[in-house]
Amino acid sequence: VSERAEPALRTPAHRVSRRAVAWWTVRAGLGWLVLVLAAAGVALGVSDPPRGWPVALAALAGLAAAHTAVMPSWRYRVHRWEATDDAVYTQAGWLSQQWRVAPMSRIQTVDTERGPLQQLFGLATVTVTTASAAGPLHIEGLDARLAGQLVERLTASTQATPGDAT
Amino acid sequence: VRPDGWLRLDARMLAVAPAHEAVRFVPLLVAAALAGGRRHGQWWLAGALALMLGLGALRWLTTRYRVTAERMELRSGLLFRQHRSVPRDRIRTVDVTARLLHRLFGLGVLRIGTGRNEPGNDTELMLDAVSAIEAERLRAVLLDRSAAAGTVVEERTAAPAAGPPAADGVELARLSWAWLRFAPLTVLAVASVGALLGGAWQLLDQAGVRIEDLGTARAVLDWLRGRPVAAAVLSVAGVLLVAGVLGALARYAEVWWDYRLRRQPGGTLLVTRGLLTRRSVSLEERRLRGVEVEEPLLLRAGRGARLKALATGTGGGDRSALLPPAPSAEVHRVAAAVLAAGASPAALALRRHPWAALRRRLTRAVVPAALGCLGVAVAAGAGVLPAWATVPAAAVLLPSAAWLGVDRYRNLGHLLTATHLVIRSGSLVRRTVVLRRSGIIGWRVSRSVLQRAAGLATATAITAAGAGRYDVLDCDPATAAELATTVSPDAAAQQS
Repeated sequence: VSERAEPALRTPAHRVSRRAVAWWTVRAGLGWLVLVLAAAGVALGVSDPPRGWPVALAALAGLAAAHTAVMPSWRYRVHRWEATDDAVYTQAGWLSQQWRVAPMSRIQTVDTERGPLQQLFGLATVTVTTASAAGPLHIEGLDARLAGQLVERLTASTQATPGDAT
Repeated sequence: VRPDGWLRLDARMLAVAPAHEAVRFVPLLVAAALAGGRRHGQWWLAGALALMLGLGALRWLTTRYRVTAERMELRSGLLFRQHRSVPRDRIRTVDVTARLLHRLFGLGVLRIGTGRNEPGNDTELMLDAVSAIEAERLRAVLLDRSAAAGTVVEERTAAPAAGPPAADGVELARLSWAWLRFAPLTVLAVASVGALLGGAWQLLDQAGVRIEDLGTARAVLDWLRGRPVAAAVLSVAGVLLVAGVLGALARYAEVWWDYRLRRQPGGTLLVTRGLLTRRSVSLEERRLRGVEVEEPLLLRAGRGARLKALATGTGGGDRSALLPPAPSAEVHRVAAAVLAAGASPAALALRRHPWAALRRRLTRAVVPAALGCLGVAVAAGAGVLPAWATVPAAAVLLPSAAWLGVDRYRNLGHLLTATHLVIRSGSLVRRTVVLRRSGIIGWRVSRSVLQRAAGLATATAITAAGAGRYDVLDCDPATAAELATTVSPDAAAQQS
C-alpha cells in the first residue's frame, strides 16, 4: 500500500485462495506445537529444571499463539499474483515483503507442488523458474484447479517464445 | 587418422599422465611403501608405478574423439564405456590448460564446456591431453561461430607446419610489469604466505622435527629473547611481511606471466596467461552480460582494481578474470573495450541513495563496534583485561566503524544508462557491477520492516550471469519501481 504519487510497483491483481489463511495457520500452529511440546518435555524430563521455567514456557506459548494468530491474515493481505501476456508478478511476505517480476520471455519452467497439508486444503504452489541462480518465483496457496490452469497457460505462452531465456 | 574421423589423444600423454597421477597418489605410494614393510617397499612402489603406466596406456588406447559437422564426440573407458556427444552449437567454452610437464612435452589439456549449470560435472568434455597445436586447432574450430555449421572439419592436416587458423585476433590488453606493484596490495596473497609458513611449522612439528633444536632456528630464537618484547614482535612481523610481499610478487608473476586478452574473429574473448601452468580461457561474447570491477580496500587505496566478466554458464572464480590487478584507468579502458562501449560505464558518476541509507549503514557499523567496546569495558571491570584497555579499544573501534559506515554509504550508487545498469556498493571490497540491460531477466524488490520504516527498498536485478542477483541496496522505493520497468518496458509500472 503506497502513499506516493511517483512510480510505484505494479500491485499484482489477484489474491491467493482464502483457504491459504487456514493452511498457514495450521502450518505455523503445528510447527510451534512441536517446539513448545519439546521445550515442555525437556523441562519436565530433567531432574532439576532452572527456576522460572513455567514463565519461559508460557512466554514461548504466548509468542506461538500471537504468531499463529497474526501471521496468516497479514500474509493474506500481502500475498498477490498476476500473469499478464508479458510477465508474471508475485508479491509475498508479511514482516519482510518481496515483490518479483519475471518477463514471459525469460521463463524456463513452470510447475506445481502440493504438500500433504496443501492437499488437505485443496491448494497448490506454482513455481516459475528462470535461468538465474537467484531462485524461482513461488505463488503459494493457490486454489489447486486454478494452479493447474495457470501452469497450462504459462507453459503454452513460454513455449511460444523463442530463445534460451538467458 | 581413421577414415571415420576418430582421433586419439597425443601419444606423448603416455609419459605425462603417469607422472601427474604419481603426484596425486604420493600419499598412497608412501602408504604402500610403509605397508609393504621395509623389505618389500621397492616392489610395492614398482607395482604402483606399473599400475599408473598401465592406466595411462589404457586411457590412451580407449579414448577417441572426433568433430563432425554437427557434433563433438568423445569415447572413453574399457569396463565402463562412455560415448558422449555434444552438439557443436551448444559448445560455449573451450579452455586449454598446460601444466609444466605438459609444456615440456608440447601438450595441452582441452576442456570443452556447454555452459549449462546442470548438476553433476558431466557437462564438460575433457581431452587429457592433445598436442598444443591440435588444442589450438580444436579451439579455433569449435568456437568459430562465423563458420557455417555445415563445414566439414574432419580432415586434419598431418603436417603441423600448416599451423592453426592464422587469425590471432585483436589484442585488447597485455601485461605491463609495472602492474606488479599491485601484487602486494592483494591482502589474500600476503596472508596466504603467513598461513603457508604456519603450515610448514606444523608439518615439521608433526614429523618430529623440533624446530628449536635446529641450529639456525635456535640462534634466531635466542636473538629474539634478548630483545625487548616490542622489538621482537616488530621484527617477526617485519620478516613475515617481507616474505608475504615476495610470495605475492612470485604468485602474481606465475599466474599472470605473458597475460594477453584478445578478441577473436569467431566472437570470443581469449585470455592467455601463466608461467609454469599455462592457461587459455575462452569466453563467448554472446554470453557476456556485463563486467564487474572489484576494488579491495588496499588495491583501491593504490588506485588499482580487478576486472571480471559476467557471463552466463561460467562458474565464476578463476575463469571470469579478464585482467590481473591493474591500474584503474587500464581496468576502465579494458572494460569499455570488452563491452564495446565508448567509455567504461563503471567510471560514470552514479546516482546517490537517500540519506536514510547513510543512517542504516552507520547503525550497522557502529552498533557492533559499540557492543565490542562494552564487552571490553565489562572485561576490564571484571579484571580480565587491564583497566586502561577500554579507552584505546573505543578510540580505535568507534572511529573506524564510523568511517566504514560513511564509506559504505559514499560508495552506494546506481545508474541506468541507455544500454547498461551500473550498481556500486561495499567498502572493504568495493564492487561496481555493469550489467547489460538486455541481460536482466527479472527483478525482485524487497522491503524489511526497518526498510519500510525508513522509506527504503532493495531492488535486486536478476540475471543468468555471474552471481545471478545484484542488489541496488537501500534505494528510494520509487527508484526501485522505475528500475523494475527495465525488464519489460511497459509492464512493470503501475498503469496510471
